[in-house]
Amino acid sequence: MSYIFSHPGIVLDLALEHLWMTGFALLISIAIALPLSLLVFRYERFSALFLGALGIFYTIPSIAFIILLVPVLGLNARSVIVALVVYTQVVLVRNFLAGLQGISPAILEAARGMGMNGWQVWWRVQLPLALPVMIAGVRIAMVVAVAIATVGAKFGAGGLGRLLFDGISQPGRYDKIWAGAIVVSLLAMLLNRGLQAVEQTFEPEARIRRMERRREAACPPTV
Amino acid sequence: MSSIRFEHVSKQFPEASMAAVDDCTFEVASGSFVVLLGPSGCGKTTLLKMVNRLYEPTSGSIWLDGTNVRDLEATELRRQVGYVIQQVGLFPHMTVAQNIAIVPELLGWPEARRIERVRELLTLVDLPPDEYCSRYPSQLSGGQQQRVGVARALAGEPKLVLMDEPFGAIDAITRSALQRELLHLQRKVKKTILFVTHDVEEALLLADKIVVMRQGHIVQYDTPFAILTNPADTFVYDLIGADDVVRQLSLVRARYAMLDVPADWDAGSVPTISADDDLRHALSTLLRTGASALTVLDQNDVVGIVTLDAIRLSTQEGDPS
Repeated sequence: MSYIFSHPGIVLDLALEHLWMTGFALLISIAIALPLSLLVFRYERFSALFLGALGIFYTIPSIAFIILLVPVLGLNARSVIVALVVYTQVVLVRNFLAGLQGISPAILEAARGMGMNGWQVWWRVQLPLALPVMIAGVRIAMVVAVAIATVGAKFGAGGLGRLLFDGISQPGRYDKIWAGAIVVSLLAMLLNRGLQAVEQTFEPEARIRRMERRREAACPPTV
Repeated sequence: MSSIRFEHVSKQFPEASMAAVDDCTFEVASGSFVVLLGPSGCGKTTLLKMVNRLYEPTSGSIWLDGTNVRDLEATELRRQVGYVIQQVGLFPHMTVAQNIAIVPELLGWPEARRIERVRELLTLVDLPPDEYCSRYPSQLSGGQQQRVGVARALAGEPKLVLMDEPFGAIDAITRSALQRELLHLQRKVKKTILFVTHDVEEALLLADKIVVMRQGHIVQYDTPFAILTNPADTFVYDLIGADDVVRQLSLVRARYAMLDVPADWDAGSVPTISADDDLRHALSTLLRTGASALTVLDQNDVVGIVTLDAIRLSTQEGDPS
């Protein structure tokens, strides 16, 4: 703990670096996972095959995967970000797909039957209904990414992993190891909580609760 | 109001051995209530879904007011045709008002007109707007949800409404209330309605004309009265249970069995029934009051008379050959 208080600037910088790395990777990952999950949703026959293939990537140890990328992309944040994108892909596509598949076919048929085009069905019906499950996916992917990004320090990507690896290589620097471990956990926990809150605001039940509170505020029930 | 004409319409699904719909030709007159009736798998839903192009026919064509539906943009066509399905399919993340306003919104109506339309329709389906506008579908009973489903289908002022077993998943008491309301509604709003069901009593109660289907073919297309009294073959005969006379009486509306009003008819001197009352009700009124005839009223207009002979005529067993 003492290291955090004695070097708040360094810790904060590393934390921001860590956050930037995972956040950036996740943005790319979401941008890929969205169309991918729509494609898999549309062509359901291939979904088992596709998810299986993604699952294989997921089982490769992250260090091994980053090492494989280094000769191609160099010893820097790029290798780590690409690895993060690949790892979070499985989690995101699975959840996005679960969100889409959770919508009753009757609702989609009604939407099409009323004359919505593909874009309108997606924007007005599929996205809002799948959103809570999708955000849950982003939340899990974020936590996974924060953890894997720690390894990235070994490959010159920076981030809070630096504290851990420095602590190991410098004799007696347990304070750095502790600082790194604590801040990484805090970061993961905060992100988890934050996204959980976002997730809940999009749940239909939450909407109804909010509406009922408003209604009661407007005309309190007689006792 | 719109008329629909089916011309040699067939639909063959790629994975099926038999055609789901096989060479169906018939015409639905503008403003009439036509029921597609048959056991499950007979092709009635497939036929319905080809009208708003959720399915495309393999061959043949469907004409809506003289226009081939293939020549219309699918989304444009669907916005002009109301659509109600058994599972209702209300959007759970939208309020009742937002659900009903979907098609008007897609059609680009100004907001004031949309709001007015929503209130008008909620009143029409007997859900007080102030109370139900801002509710979510999950806060409604099954019957209320389907009322909203019907209101939603009518929102864009369609001339034609397609209904796919809309009351199939609703309890018996609510179902019969909804059926009667739908009849009233049809009188009021004067839409052409194409209605799919496998429930014979529902078909006989609601239909102006019934299309009886079996294995993709049309077996008979006629009024409920004609189908009861003159079933085309043993399949139709068995389907409608034509050998049970008392049951038959409860399935025929007075308007289909009544005779013309004689010139010297004194409507005031005999009991009256409504044109939508069934013949069992007519018979019991005749027996109870001892009158020899009844005056049939349709919204206060005298439209015909029912006598014992008229009732007897309607129960004569058709030839099931």
